Amino acid sequence: MHDAHASRAGETSVPLTASAVLVNPVGLHARPSVKLTQCAKGFAAKIEFALAADGPWTDAKSPVKVMRVKAPQGATLHFRVTGPDAEAALAATLALVHDGFGEA
Amino acid sequence: MNSSNSRNVGIVIVSHSPKIAEGAADMVRQMVGNVVPLAWTGGDVDGGLGTNVAGILEAIETAWSPAGVAVLVDLGGAETNSEMAVEMLPEDRRARVVVCNAPVVEGAVIAATESSGGSSLAAVKRSAEEFYA
Repeated sequence: MHDAHASRAGETSVPLTASAVLVNPVGLHARPSVKLTQCAKGFAAKIEFALAADGPWTDAKSPVKVMRVKAPQGATLHFRVTGPDAEAALAATLALVHDGFGEA
Repeated sequence: MNSSNSRNVGIVIVSHSPKIAEGAADMVRQMVGNVVPLAWTGGDVDGGLGTNVAGILEAIETAWSPAGVAVLVDLGGAETNSEMAVEMLPEDRRARVVVCNAPVVEGAVIAATESSGGSSLAAVKRSAEEFYA
């Protein structure tokens, strides 16, 4: 479902990356967007995501920007995370997507 | 009208219609949760469509947080009455209440989401106002 091992860097300045497929039926609509931003805000790391591996990147901590992506079910969310708690942040956000934001 | 014990920025919803204000508050509670102080007010003093300063002051009091309060309004009078209510607050509180230039329903959900992450009043306002950006 996701490939958390895709990139593992020892240096915090190098972004950790991984991707996960949106499984919940309605995609990244309002409620999941709120959950994603709330989750992201719990970490110091810079957390971004995109629908393609090369961006454009969206700040996962911005509820308005996350909703504007309008990611549909089946879309792959690529995450790019930088910071001291990047590993935990990536694991938490991937888990949220993987679990369909508690909806699926 | 409901609130919660929290140091997060409080959210006040002001609509001409009490049903809209209450409904928007329901959306905030269901989507964002209970970690944000929240209050709503709507209708004039006779129970018709409109807003009233006393009701807004009461809502600000209910949603009060040391981090401040962000007020989301719908049209004209809701904004001017909210500004009047802010002016009537004790001086030490006045600077910690802002009226957001954002759509009332969407703005309330976004502002509450931002607040739930522990953001500052300025960040909460900025995020809500991104809707018109």
